[in-house]
Amino acid sequence: MPGVKTWLESWPVYRQLTGSDPLGRGKAARSKATEATVSRTATADRVVKSVCPYCAVGCAQNVYVKDEKVVQIEGDPDSPISRGRLCPKGSASKQLVTSPSRVTTVKYRRPHGTEWEDLELDTAMEMIADRVLEARRKGWQDTDAEGRKLGRTMGIASLGGAALDNEENYLMKKLYSALGAVQIENQARI
Amino acid sequence: MPGLGASFGRGGATNFLEDLANSDCIVIEGSNMAECHPVGFQWVGEAKARGAKVIHIDPRFTRTSAIADLHVPLRIGTDIAFLGGLINYVLSNDLYFEEYVAAYTNAAALVREDFVDSEDLDGLFSGFDPETRTYDESSWQYETEEPPESAADDPAEAAEQRELDDDPSVRHSDQAQAAGSGGPPIPGKPKRDETLQHPRSVFQILKRHYARYTPEMVAEVCGIEPAVFEQVAQWVTDNSNRDRTTAWVYSVGWTQHSVGAQYIRTCSILQTLLGNIGRPGGGILALRGHASIQGSTDIPTLFNILPGYLPMPHALQHGSLEEYVADAAGKAGFWGNKRAYMTNLLKAWWGDAATAENDFAFDYLPKINGDHSSYRTIADMIEGKVSGYFLVGENPAVGHPNGRMNRFGLANLDWLVVRDLQLIESATFWKESPEIETGELAPETIGTEVFFMPAATHVEKDGTFTQTQRLLQWRDKAVEPPADARSDLWFFFHLGRILRARLADSTDPRDRPLLDLTWDYPLHGETQDPSADAVLREINGTGPDGRALSSYMQMKDDGSTSGGCWIYCGVYADEVNQAARRKPAKEQGAVASEWGWAWPLNRRMLYNRASADPDGRPWSERKKYVWWDEAAGEWTGLDTPDFEKHKRPDYVPPEGARAQDALAGTDPFVMQGDGKAWLFAPAGVVDGPLPTHYEPVESVAENALYKQQANPTVERIPGPWNRENPSMSEVFPFQVTTYRLTEHHTAGAMSRTLPYLSELQPEFFVEVSPELAELRGLTNGEFATLVSARTAIEAKVLVTERIRPIRLRGGQVVHQIGMPYHWSYSGLSTGDTANDLLGISLDPNTHIQEDKVSTADIVPGRRPRGPGLIDFVEEYRKRAGVQSGRVGLNGRDPVDADAGQGSKL
Repeated sequence: MPGVKTWLESWPVYRQLTGSDPLGRGKAARSKATEATVSRTATADRVVKSVCPYCAVGCAQNVYVKDEKVVQIEGDPDSPISRGRLCPKGSASKQLVTSPSRVTTVKYRRPHGTEWEDLELDTAMEMIADRVLEARRKGWQDTDAEGRKLGRTMGIASLGGAALDNEENYLMKKLYSALGAVQIENQARI
Repeated sequence: MPGLGASFGRGGATNFLEDLANSDCIVIEGSNMAECHPVGFQWVGEAKARGAKVIHIDPRFTRTSAIADLHVPLRIGTDIAFLGGLINYVLSNDLYFEEYVAAYTNAAALVREDFVDSEDLDGLFSGFDPETRTYDESSWQYETEEPPESAADDPAEAAEQRELDDDPSVRHSDQAQAAGSGGPPIPGKPKRDETLQHPRSVFQILKRHYARYTPEMVAEVCGIEPAVFEQVAQWVTDNSNRDRTTAWVYSVGWTQHSVGAQYIRTCSILQTLLGNIGRPGGGILALRGHASIQGSTDIPTLFNILPGYLPMPHALQHGSLEEYVADAAGKAGFWGNKRAYMTNLLKAWWGDAATAENDFAFDYLPKINGDHSSYRTIADMIEGKVSGYFLVGENPAVGHPNGRMNRFGLANLDWLVVRDLQLIESATFWKESPEIETGELAPETIGTEVFFMPAATHVEKDGTFTQTQRLLQWRDKAVEPPADARSDLWFFFHLGRILRARLADSTDPRDRPLLDLTWDYPLHGETQDPSADAVLREINGTGPDGRALSSYMQMKDDGSTSGGCWIYCGVYADEVNQAARRKPAKEQGAVASEWGWAWPLNRRMLYNRASADPDGRPWSERKKYVWWDEAAGEWTGLDTPDFEKHKRPDYVPPEGARAQDALAGTDPFVMQGDGKAWLFAPAGVVDGPLPTHYEPVESVAENALYKQQANPTVERIPGPWNRENPSMSEVFPFQVTTYRLTEHHTAGAMSRTLPYLSELQPEFFVEVSPELAELRGLTNGEFATLVSARTAIEAKVLVTERIRPIRLRGGQVVHQIGMPYHWSYSGLSTGDTANDLLGISLDPNTHIQEDKVSTADIVPGRRPRGPGLIDFVEEYRKRAGVQSGRVGLNGRDPVDADAGQGSKL
């Protein structure tokens, strides 16, 4: 009755008692499902080099991508700083990408509104551009009280940057300065 | 940063994490490295395994303490007294590194005759103006060899600049931060007394200043027993000499104080006296808390600086490029090339429109004229002075102290753009904030229009972070961001594109800066993502032939070269993205120079010329790092020398030499105007040339050293929404400190929304000692309510011996409460917002708030809900003699309230 034997052998205790692993800490504990399991890192389409986005140690990460989705993030052992290690946050960083509560579409709340509304990305960009120009105009100061040149607007402020890339901060500071906005700040002050 | 900048010339960690392995002693102070920088902490473990002593100085016993050989609990907010005690110990026992101090520091420099120390004015230095609460710093200056400013290109202009430096509107605009790369300009080189005996020499002033910081005084102020202090002093001094080095590690446990910059200055003085700067296993390692917080100051989104720590032009001082460079042009040190750095930035931004004839479009830059920092802006928002606000990966409703004040600010805008991954509290305040519950805010009364714009994660875009040791590391994009999510590079590029198109036909001169801007980056893919690589190359800069520059030494002031951030010049050397280099650690030496790229010029350890003696020989075989190779006629070693490669150790500047040529072969601090490490800071720190112990703004103890209780120049933002707890008040009898947990990240948007992390650290708690629990009837695992003049919050109580009451010499017992600050009402793991408890008072150098130490009361049970909360806190204010904290509609001043009003503009 091969059916019974198969059934019996699917039982770890049976394998432990009859096989070469009496302590049940090796072969006997491995099921067919275990044997068939392949790590996500082994079947990824590609591995992309990245850096952890949390604290400033800058641990190197290997990002495993399959079917254009991030399937795993591991520490990169090549890094002279992190030597392959990641802390709990770095190890969880895949969930930053895949978090079920992540919001990936534009949300809009009108003045005095009580609920969010949806907006097209392009519409939102045009609306923001309208408001930037208006706020810049309203807050514009050509000179101070003594007639010294200011050439700036106090209508627009910005906060953020410590989690951004250098290239992003650079474009922000460049654009804001050209607009005349000076109240530009980031977490480094905090 | 001004702490390090004013001491050594650059506001960056002097050493790198891996180099900690070379330390013989590591002192971690103002940092819980094991829990907040866990992977970096492996290098402390490595050092310990090689026999190093590890000391942790912190009010709380943490995992860092558990690994340390010695944990020293000190009263929160007393680090200057402790470090001052060590300085006194080193000086009075002649334990300083004599040759190093004599050759590489300003110990021999003479200070002006009219300087009066805080020891003689009961806690104030000469030059204090009680009306503006700022210092006129002129008496702190060196006595100069030549008449002041005579070396400048334009001495009269330079003298006028210096005069204007003392104007309060300049003092408040945080120019000290410009010392981030290039120490503060000085009027000229000082007179020196090489015997260090002159009573006005820095060395003698220093000795007198710290003479009263004895072990007994340390015991009285910090609550550290003299025997424990002696142990620390012994380990540190035994491990600081030719053969041995000690490293100091700090984080925001130092910066977030009303005297934060001075904490770092005190450490800088100590480490300089011990000869630990610029040497392997030594240095001061500033551990930054965000992936690119170093980068976001190097290329700043900050009001007071431009890329490369160039100051933002000030209306009072900088009417033209000529005036802008007057304080530095022609003088000694690399600051002498300020004109070149600025011209290159202007060329990078305005290209062909920036010409010699129009001052390279200097006039296109807006001018500052005071404090435009974050908290000032929030107060302005409440007053309706600001129309629009961009929040880019930041959550002030939770992450800033005094969340209630911040939320009132958001409620009084015309519009708000939030760029983030999740619907953070700063995006949902209009319907879910605690003030909705108390009735102080309601959706119907808030006119703020909110745009939530979904952002890309770190794997959905290319770009560089600059991590804690000034290292730029490039990330490759792994996948496209989903749906409407976009990188911030995309957002700001396309916003700029749309704005430029709107104004294309404008003839208004105000629009020229925007229309003349170089704004043509290659675009990729379906979403038209701009090329981060092209932006990085612009930051690096290009020469007359259009090729990438390889060093800022190639930058010219005639407009023939351009580059967006001079200190990053070299990151694209040889047309190669050097930040993307990933040569495995195993295939290169310990310094790992081919992994990423560090500013400046891939120098991994700053000031490493000081690792050799004045003749250019290593101080010892054991600590050799960079040295002079006489045969080859150049500096060589394990790292890129942080020195001109061919400048001989015996080089003496000829008469009339300028910029770097005016620095000698024995001047390792090449960004300083005198080439020296500053024990005494004649410029660059607005609250004193020498660190002095002041009590925190909110303290339960009296200042044992001076009549002056707290930093006299501390900045306050008064209003009903930012009341201060009086010091030594029975109503707010306990000290509170805030901190991070390993499993969470700052305001929580990147951790409370992740299932793994929320499960690991599921709820808000506070740590109290068994003694305090007994005193207030608190039970482990039950709720307690904490109250300040701002608000009241509730948290679960963790009773633990990790927090000890501190017994001061006078018999006073100080109870301290530990409070992680990651929670709020959104996400998978929720709780009250710790930062709501804290007020905002600021370090005058940095405008950084004092949130590492405040006061509060703690009582058992949950806090009142609804409007009852307002009455509950108001009752506390009354008892403490604090003004009312009641506000009008949307947090406005009670008399000003006007239903539904948006901006007043």
